[in-house]
Amino acid sequence: MGISPVLWQFLTKWLHHSALFPAEASGISPYVDELYFFLLLMTIVGTTLVAIIVFGFSIRYRRAKNPVATQVEGSTLLEATWTIIPLAIFLLVFVWGALLYFRIYNPPTNAMNIYVVGKQWMWKAEHPGGQHEINALHIPTGQPIQLTMISQDVFHSFSIPDFRVKREVIPGRYSTVWFEPTVPGEYHLFCTQYCGTQHSGMIGTITVLTPEDYKKWLQQSTSGMSLSQNGERLFASMGCNACHSGNAAARGPNLAGVYGSKLTLADGGQVLVNDAYLRDAILNPSQHVTAGFAPIMPTYQGQISEDGLIDLVEYIKNLQSNYRVQQTLVTSASDQAAPTTPTQGTTTPEMVKP
Amino acid sequence: MDSALATPHEHAAHEEHEHVVLPQHRHHFETEEQQREAGSFGMWLFLLTEIMFFGGMFFAYLLYRNWYYPAFAAASNQLSVPLGAFNTVVLITSGFCMALGVWASEVRKKGLLVLMLILTTFFGLVFLGVKTVEYHEKYEKHHIPGDRFSISMFTNPAAYPETKDEKPLAPDMAQKTQIFFFLYFAMTGMHALHMIIGIGLLAWLIKRANRGDFTEGYVAPIENFGLYWHFVDIVWLFLFPLLYLINRHPLH
Amino acid sequence: MSTTTIVSLPDQSTAKMPKRNYLNNEHGLLSWLLTGDHKRIAILYLISITFFFFIGGAFAGLIRLELLTPQSDLVAADTYNKFFTMHGIIMIFLFLVPSVPATLGNFLIPIMLGAKDLAFPKINLLSWYLYVIGGIFTMAALVLGGVDTGWTFTTPLSTHYLNTHVLTTATGIFIAGFASIFTGLNFIVTIHRMRAPGMTWFRMPLFVWSHYAASLLMVLGTPVLAIALVLVALERTLGIGVFDPSKGGDPLLFQHLFWFYSHPAVYIMILPGMGVISEVISTFSRKRVFGYTAVAFSSVAIALFGFFVWEHHMFIMGVSNYSALVFSLLTMLVAVPSAIKVFNWAFTLQKGSITFETPMLYAFAFIGLFTIGGLTGVFLGSLGMDIHLTETYFIVAHFHFVMVGGMLMAFLAGIHFWWPKMTGRMYPESLSKLSAVTSFIGFNLTFMPQFILGYMGMPRRYAAYPPEFQVLNVLSTAGATVLGVGFALPLLYLGWSLKYGAIAGNNPWQATGLEWQIQSPPLTENFIETPIMDHEAYDYEWLANKTKYEVTTVG
Repeated sequence: MGISPVLWQFLTKWLHHSALFPAEASGISPYVDELYFFLLLMTIVGTTLVAIIVFGFSIRYRRAKNPVATQVEGSTLLEATWTIIPLAIFLLVFVWGALLYFRIYNPPTNAMNIYVVGKQWMWKAEHPGGQHEINALHIPTGQPIQLTMISQDVFHSFSIPDFRVKREVIPGRYSTVWFEPTVPGEYHLFCTQYCGTQHSGMIGTITVLTPEDYKKWLQQSTSGMSLSQNGERLFASMGCNACHSGNAAARGPNLAGVYGSKLTLADGGQVLVNDAYLRDAILNPSQHVTAGFAPIMPTYQGQISEDGLIDLVEYIKNLQSNYRVQQTLVTSASDQAAPTTPTQGTTTPEMVKP
Repeated sequence: MDSALATPHEHAAHEEHEHVVLPQHRHHFETEEQQREAGSFGMWLFLLTEIMFFGGMFFAYLLYRNWYYPAFAAASNQLSVPLGAFNTVVLITSGFCMALGVWASEVRKKGLLVLMLILTTFFGLVFLGVKTVEYHEKYEKHHIPGDRFSISMFTNPAAYPETKDEKPLAPDMAQKTQIFFFLYFAMTGMHALHMIIGIGLLAWLIKRANRGDFTEGYVAPIENFGLYWHFVDIVWLFLFPLLYLINRHPLH
Repeated sequence: MSTTTIVSLPDQSTAKMPKRNYLNNEHGLLSWLLTGDHKRIAILYLISITFFFFIGGAFAGLIRLELLTPQSDLVAADTYNKFFTMHGIIMIFLFLVPSVPATLGNFLIPIMLGAKDLAFPKINLLSWYLYVIGGIFTMAALVLGGVDTGWTFTTPLSTHYLNTHVLTTATGIFIAGFASIFTGLNFIVTIHRMRAPGMTWFRMPLFVWSHYAASLLMVLGTPVLAIALVLVALERTLGIGVFDPSKGGDPLLFQHLFWFYSHPAVYIMILPGMGVISEVISTFSRKRVFGYTAVAFSSVAIALFGFFVWEHHMFIMGVSNYSALVFSLLTMLVAVPSAIKVFNWAFTLQKGSITFETPMLYAFAFIGLFTIGGLTGVFLGSLGMDIHLTETYFIVAHFHFVMVGGMLMAFLAGIHFWWPKMTGRMYPESLSKLSAVTSFIGFNLTFMPQFILGYMGMPRRYAAYPPEFQVLNVLSTAGATVLGVGFALPLLYLGWSLKYGAIAGNNPWQATGLEWQIQSPPLTENFIETPIMDHEAYDYEWLANKTKYEVTTVG
C-alpha cells in the first residue's frame, strides 16, 4: 500500500470507532478502502479546484472590480488539458476498479463452499456438513469462503459491508461471491435489493470465529445429514439412479467424478461441469445432453425446490464411485419400477421435500 | 421597434409573393415548403421511435431463439406459411395501393385517390381477417400462452395429424414453445394494433379525400400517412420470416 | 470595446407592462386548454409539474420522518415501500423529465431560434394532455392504495409477487412517456427546420444545443421503456414467462430493457439543466461562454455515449465480467464531456464582469454540487468500488446530488432567470437569494451524511436500520426540513410577484439572445417580423451597440 500500515490502521480504526466507517474484516477490505480513499481524494481535489477557479474568478472579476468584460472565444490548450487529465484519471480508476472486481468475483480454487438460498424474507445458509442457518452465517478466519447463492423467488442481494462484498441473488441461476474473513467478530448481513414488504427485515449476522472456535461450532450444530447425504437420498427417491447407475449400458452418463471435468455435449460443444451446469441439467436436460446419449432425461422443473437442487448438486460434486448408487438400485428395484418419463400435457408439479 | 433584428425591405416584398395563404397553411411556418418538410421530418422521427419500440421485442426474440432454438423451430412449424405468405402479398399490395394514392394526390386525381385509399383499407382489413383466422386456430389448438397452453403437440407429435412427421421435443424444451408463442402474439398483436390505428386514420383520410381536401396541392397528410403505412408493412416483412420461416425445408 | 454603461436592473420608473401579450391575448379557460401557443403550453406544464413536485416532495418528507428512528415505527413497512416508490416515480417521470424541456424549452426554443412557434403546436398540446393523463393514472394508483415496486419495477417482484396497483402505474408512465417523446420530436424538427435566416447551428444558444441532445435521447430511448412496461403488464396479466426463469424466461432481460432507457433518462434530465447554466453564467459574466464549440459538442457527446453505458446499473447482477469491463470503460468516457463543460463554465468567469443575482447563485450551486455528484458517479463506474457501494445510500446520495443539487438547482436558476420574460415581472431579489442559500445549506445537510451512510453499508429502500446509523439519519432529516423550506419559498414569492413584482421590461438582465430582444411577456406570435440573425450567440459587443435603441419600452 502507499501509506504506512500503522497510519492506515489508525485511520480506519479511528473512523470505524467514530461510527463513520465500516470495519475492515476481510482480506479484500483494505484494498477496497484504498481505492475509496483515492477516489475521495480525487473528489476533494477536483471540487476544490473547481471551487477555487469559480470563487477566485468571481472575486477578481466582480462587476465592481471589472466593469467591462473581455470577450474570449476559448483555448484549445485548456480544452485539451481538462479533457486529457480527467480522462487519464478516470482511466486509472477504471483499471484499478476492474482489477479489484476480478479479484472479488473470481474465487480461489481452495475456497470452502457454502450454499445460500434467499427467499422472501430470509436467508438460509447451508454448510456442506449439513448445518443449516437462518439469517446467520458462522465462518472461520483465514480460509477463503465461497458462497453459491440462488433465490427462490425474486431478486435479493447478499451484502456484508464489513467485507466489502455483495452479489445479487437471482432466481433461476447461481451467483457466487467469495471472501476471506480476517477478524473474528459479528458483522452485518443485509439484503440490498428491494424485494418487497420485509426487505429491511431480511438482515442477519455474520459470525466470524477463530478456526478452533469454528470447529467447536461445527460439532455443536450438526443437524443430522450432510447436504450430500441428503442428496444421495434424493438421488434414489427421485429415480436418478435408474439411468445414472454407472453401468456400461446405462441410459444416462456416469456421474462419478464428473464435477470439474470438461464434458463434450451432443451438439459438439465443450462445457465445464460446475454447480450451475448441474443445476441446469436437472431442470433443462434437453439442452445439456452428453455426447453419445439420447435426449430422454425428463425435466424436474417444478418438482424439486432450490434446497433439493443444492443437495443433489453437492452430492454429485462429491460422488467418486457408483458403489452406493448401485446398492440403492438393488434395494429400490425389488419393490417398484423406476418412475417413467412424464408425458402428455403439462407436468404436474409435486414438490419433493428434501 | 426592436422585435426583429433586421428587417430589410426586400425581404418583406419577397415574402408577399408566397403569402398566398393556402387553407392548410399553418401560421408559424414561413413557407409551404417549410411546413411540408417539417411534417415529413416529424413523421420519419416518429417512425424511428416505433423502430425502437418494436426493437425491444425483437431483442427478446433474438435472445430466446438463440437459447431455445429447437422449441422455436417446432413452434414456428405450427404457423401456416401459406396464410402468412398470402398476408405478406396482401400487405405489399396494400402498400402499393397506398403509393398509387400518393401519386394520385400529387397529380390531383380525386377519384383515383379515393379508390386507392379504399383499396388500401380493403387489403388491410383482409390482412386483419386472416390474422383473426390464424389467432383462432391457435386458440383451438391450445397454443395461446397462459393457463390453457398445452405442449402435447410438441412432446408427442405423432398423435396429431398436423405434426406426425415432426420429431418430439423433450418436455423442458417443449415448455419453451410458450415463449415463442408469447412473442408471436405480442409482436403480431402489436403490429395488428398499429394496423388498426392505421385503418382508423384511413377512414378519416377517405372522408376528407372525398371532399377534395388532398387534390388541391395539399399532399402532406397522404404522404405522411403513406410513410406510416409503409413502415407497418416493413415491420411485417421482418416478422414473417422470423416467425413463420424458422427451419423450413422448401421440399418438405 | 463598448463604452456605454451596462444596466443590470430595469429602469423601474419607465417600465410598463405591454398592452398585448400572449397572456392577455385571449381569455377564458378554453383558450388555455385548447391553445396551440407554445408559451401557454409551457405555463400549463409549469403549473402541473409544480403540483407533482410538491406531492413528490411530501413523500420525501414522509420518508425522512420514518428514517428518524431505526425502527419501522411511523408507518408499516408496506406503506414505507409505497412512499419511496411514489417519490421516485413522481419525481422522475412527472417532474424531472419534463421540468426544463417542457416549461423553459417549450417557452424559449422557438423564440431563441427566431420562429413563431414549434413545428407541431397541436402535438405540443397533445403532449401536455398525455402528461396530465399519465399523472392522473399515477395519482389514481396512489389514491387506490399505492404501488410498491420501487421506481425500477424489478421483475419478478413486479410481475408475480406484488398485488398493488402496478398496472395502473405502468400505464401512467407509459402514457407520460409519449408526452416526452412528442416534446423531443417537436424540438428536433423545430431546431432542424425552423431556424430564422442567418441562424446557423453554431449561432444557436447553448440552451438549444443541450435540448437538442436531450431530445435525441427522449425520442430514441423512451420507446424502449414503453415496451419494457408493456411486457411487464402482459406477464402480470397473462401469466406468461418472458421474465420468469421457471418458464424459461430471464429476469435479467427486463433489467437490460429497463436500463437501456433509464440510463439515457438521467441525461434527458440533466442536459437541459446544463443548457440553463450556460445561459445564466454567460449573462451574469457578460461574456460568451468559454469554448462554445466544445460545450455544444459535449452535449451531443453525452447523449451519444449515454446510450452505451446502461449495464453499469447491473454490475453485481451476474453479468459477464467482460461485459462489465466494457461498460465500466464507457462509463468513464461519458464522464469526460461533463467535466469539460464544468471547466468551460468556470473559465467563462475569467475576465468577465460578474454580478451575483439569484440565477447566478443557483448556477454556482449547480457547478459545485454537480461536480461532487458527477465525481461520485466515477466511484460507481469503477467496478470494484461499485460492488461495495451499489444499492446503498451512496447511490441515493449520488443521484440526489446530480438530480437535486444539479438539475433542480438549474431548474430554479432557469425559472428565476426567465421569470421576467415569461411574466413581465421581477421577483423580490433578497428573498430569492435567501431561498437559494437556504436550499443549498439544506441540501448539503440532507445528502452529505448519506455518502457516509452508504459507505458504512446502509442499504437503500430500508424502513428500519441498525441503531448505529441513526445519528447520520437524523442529520439528514434535519437537512431535509431546511431544504423543504428553501423549495417552498419560491412558490410563495414567485406567486406574489405576479401581482406585486416590479415590472421587468424587455431585458432586465441585459442579456444576449433573441428572447431578450422582444417584449416581456412576449406577443403570441413572438416576433412582429421574422428576425434575421447576423451575429454570433453571446455577442455582448453587438448588444452594447444595441442599447442605444431602448431598454424598456412597451409593445
